[in-house]
Amino acid sequence: MTWRRFAVSCLAAAAPAAFAQDAPTLATRSLAATCATCHGTDGRALPGASVPGLAGVPAERIVEQVKAFVSGQRPSTVMQQIAKGYTEAQIEQVARWFAAQQP
Amino acid sequence: MRKACDMPDGTDAARRAWLVRAAGTALGLAAGGCAGGPAPRPARAIPSSARVLVVGGGWGGATAAKYVRLLSQQRIDVVLVEPGDAFVSCPLSNLVIGGSRTLADLTVPYTGLARAHGVTVVQDTVSRIDAAAKTATLASGATLRWDKLVLAPGIELMWDSVAGLKAANEQGAVLQAWKAGPETLALRRQLEAMPDGGVFAIAIPESPYRCPPGPYERACQVASYFKAAKPRAKVLVLDANPEVQSKPALFRKVWAEQYAGMVEYRPQHKALAVDAAARTVRFELADDVRADVLNVLPAMRAGALAVQSGLANANARWCQVHWLDFESTAAKDIHVVGDAIQLASLMPKSGHMANNQAKVAAAAIVAELSGWAPDPAPMLGNTCYSFVDATRVIHVASVHRYDAAEKTFRAVPGAGGVSGAPSEQEGVYAWNWARTAWADALS
Repeated sequence: MTWRRFAVSCLAAAAPAAFAQDAPTLATRSLAATCATCHGTDGRALPGASVPGLAGVPAERIVEQVKAFVSGQRPSTVMQQIAKGYTEAQIEQVARWFAAQQP
Repeated sequence: MRKACDMPDGTDAARRAWLVRAAGTALGLAAGGCAGGPAPRPARAIPSSARVLVVGGGWGGATAAKYVRLLSQQRIDVVLVEPGDAFVSCPLSNLVIGGSRTLADLTVPYTGLARAHGVTVVQDTVSRIDAAAKTATLASGATLRWDKLVLAPGIELMWDSVAGLKAANEQGAVLQAWKAGPETLALRRQLEAMPDGGVFAIAIPESPYRCPPGPYERACQVASYFKAAKPRAKVLVLDANPEVQSKPALFRKVWAEQYAGMVEYRPQHKALAVDAAARTVRFELADDVRADVLNVLPAMRAGALAVQSGLANANARWCQVHWLDFESTAAKDIHVVGDAIQLASLMPKSGHMANNQAKVAAAAIVAELSGWAPDPAPMLGNTCYSFVDATRVIHVASVHRYDAAEKTFRAVPGAGGVSGAPSEQEGVYAWNWARTAWADALS
């Protein structure tokens, strides 16, 4: 059997797994990972953390809070400065992703 | 048939890479043939047998190892080679010098990477990289084959940039304590042994160096200790740069108010030589300085392995990378993250930045090994906290967006900034940040 035929066979065998993740999902997860340094991997905060976890928080609530940081309506030390670095589309994108994670 | 996908680790790397490309092409054709259906998604299997070798288990390397596993859904083998038996954080290690924390507070084992994420952690040193053969030779003699290599070698201190410094350091007379570990503890002991009324001097090299606010935070930590234990002692900050390199207004205010008469800042002091016996530093344009405890930081460059491997192609000091995937501009399939890289504008050499770079690199590696293009619009964030005493903290933050036209990262205008003033609240956040970031890399 040639390597090309091997490859095609592999592809068939791995097809269900292939749809578990695609390039856009990977990009979203990578974008959300910029939040993880402070909010925990996949948005899961450590026990006793002083910064909230984001996993499982409804997307609308995350978006609303980030907007409140940007406007200054919600006082903060760091978040008001970080939040302004992301577009509304990016914030909605990561908010939907975090909302779908197990807390 | 399935067996062919689960090829053992020893399978020839080139053949494996070809297999990935071939699989990609095959699916591309198949998807293209589905006329009238939904827009074809570029979905292809992440290869189960591709091997990523990560060299260096610091902030960047450990994060890269974990995130290649995480983002590939554990489908890509990762081997991490690191000489240390545990991770010791450089960020916050100034608190050990100030006396409010121990090194144990900053130490995290590597076991979590293996247990929770299936990373193979090898305690060894990579002595040689062969970019053409795609192999790495370990100090123990073993050779590892890789498809993608993440190099996170940190920094090397350029001892020869200050005459006499290497010998003075080897004698234990003039310490650097810029890599957290035994020297951190030794510098603390020197400060404890110093008489009240003595002088501590820290000499800072020209930027760029690891951790821009680090030397100024250290000055605060030493002053905090002196204020409590040796109130007549002095702290001299001797800076090769023309100004404080991070949070200048905040640090200067703290020195003027909290440590009035104790901390003195002198810009334009580039150290040329040390005399360990006379405890004296000679400068390029300024008078010699004598101090009881000398902490002289030489110039820095990318870790030795990067330099030896020909990857430090910016001024023979730092590694230039393609910003979309952090691939070296000198070698294909070698990705460099962390303090070793030639920075984009306004990007600091910090642990947080290394963590974020590692995630972009990891995602790009997973994409490339899956036959996809890397994310065309990656983002990086940074927050650096500095303790001005045992509990009060100031920060600097920034967000960096990939600029496709310029092919580099740019700090997002209007985002980022610094603290209004030191606060205990930020001290709480700083510890939370550290614990979370360590866990994000290692647990």
